[in-house]
Amino acid sequence: MAETVIFYLLAGLAVVASALVIGQRNPMYSVLLLIASFGALAGLYIQLDAPFVAVAQIIIYAGAIMVLFLFVVMLLNAPKEDGAEWDQAHPLRRPGVARFGALLAGLLVIQLAWALMRIAELEAPVGSQPDGAAVSSVRELGKVLFQRHAFAFEATSILILVAMVGAVVLARKEGTDL
Amino acid sequence: MDLRFAVQLGVIGFIFFMLINMSALLVLAERKIMGFMQQRYGPYLVGPHGMLQPFADILKLLFKEELRPKGADKWLFTLAPILSVTAAFAAFATVPVGGETTFFGLLDDPIKLGVADLNVGVLVVFAITSMGVYGIVLAGWSSNSKYSLMGGLRASAQMISYELSYATSIAAVIMLAGSLSIREIVDSQAGYWWSFIPRWYLFLQPVGFIIYAIAGVAETNRAPFDFPEAEQELVAGYNTEYSSVRFAMFPQAEYINMVTMAGVATTLYLGGWHGPFPLPAGFDWLWFVAKAGFILFVYIWMRWTVPRYRYDQLMAFGWKWLFPASVINLIVTAALLLYLNG
Repeated sequence: MAETVIFYLLAGLAVVASALVIGQRNPMYSVLLLIASFGALAGLYIQLDAPFVAVAQIIIYAGAIMVLFLFVVMLLNAPKEDGAEWDQAHPLRRPGVARFGALLAGLLVIQLAWALMRIAELEAPVGSQPDGAAVSSVRELGKVLFQRHAFAFEATSILILVAMVGAVVLARKEGTDL
Repeated sequence: MDLRFAVQLGVIGFIFFMLINMSALLVLAERKIMGFMQQRYGPYLVGPHGMLQPFADILKLLFKEELRPKGADKWLFTLAPILSVTAAFAAFATVPVGGETTFFGLLDDPIKLGVADLNVGVLVVFAITSMGVYGIVLAGWSSNSKYSLMGGLRASAQMISYELSYATSIAAVIMLAGSLSIREIVDSQAGYWWSFIPRWYLFLQPVGFIIYAIAGVAETNRAPFDFPEAEQELVAGYNTEYSSVRFAMFPQAEYINMVTMAGVATTLYLGGWHGPFPLPAGFDWLWFVAKAGFILFVYIWMRWTVPRYRYDQLMAFGWKWLFPASVINLIVTAALLLYLNG
């Protein structure tokens, strides 16, 4: 019973905070609400018996990445957005673009509905073992990550490395050494 | 409510109470040691040898008027110090202060001295300390003052830079112990080599310990890395516009973060409550207190002997020296572990 109540509290917090991220005029509040949303997600991971994923979520997303976001918002000192001054001639306001966006949103709703219909077909929650013990230990996680999914893991690392090198190359001014 | 639960609550309450006291004690220690190093007495008027000076400080701050600049962001200005102090207290939760004890036969089964024992304890400390930076950054931004903003910006840049070396040096210890639970890491350091050298990770990871110590000083914004509040350049940095109790929360968070840093260093590198010689049962936490106290003394010692770096030197040092050194330390540790155990 208590678990269900906590689940709905955390889920509600995550949804409301995420919705408010888009609704805020002040980018600073948006960043903070996104952190709150990540925190609620971490709570949900703990409920799923995955404390390592929860802590990784806080360290990487709520900790490192959001500090970077905050840094950028502060450095650019982004002004508050004003709805009345929204650029009517902005390329994203063309009817073709708007229709494409509506189509994507419709697809997402259909996908979600389809996934929800299939919940009953799942025999056991994802990640749980036949004997009921959840895969929550870091040792098990490491084995799965570095043995069964070793290729995907290494491919992701290379992708991130390429992105990093690309960012440095793009940000570098012509004629300066690194 | 059974006895065991009550004792556990008592332990948690006592640790919380001592953490509050530690910030007062450290303020006094800082001023006394500074006085000693500068060949003067330090605070001497309140109580015997000025021992009650922290109470005078706190009373003074309590009776000050609470000011908020006109252009400040009302919500974030209030939230920032609360965030700082909450994160500082919460980070200590997974640091164990002693082994198992029955409180001299009071309980049937021994309980563990500490607030919480999680199987990912090291990472939890790390996650919560990384939340603490938001307090400083928000204080800097919401004050609507140039000095505060510069302090907040410096804090975020500094913490991003030093968190990497900090985590990488800890990763080497985690590999040696084969566990993420702080209690298990401490227990793997029990015993002696050749029956007289304690099996502390300090002796296996001397480079890692030095990197951890340097990054830890930078993480807690202490001198010589106290750029977010560099007085000569930024008035008081991120807390320039704060007054009264809201101001007091920032130094308190800083001192509690120091205690956490010293506690983690003690448990990961100095064997926690395992000492060079065993103490009678139920008193092993004295080793923890002694070691953490010594590290805190070194912190204060350093503040009053080492001058502040320049900001670009801090960044260059963090990225070009400390981080590569910690990565090499990690790789060498992993290779040796594979070679010796495989």
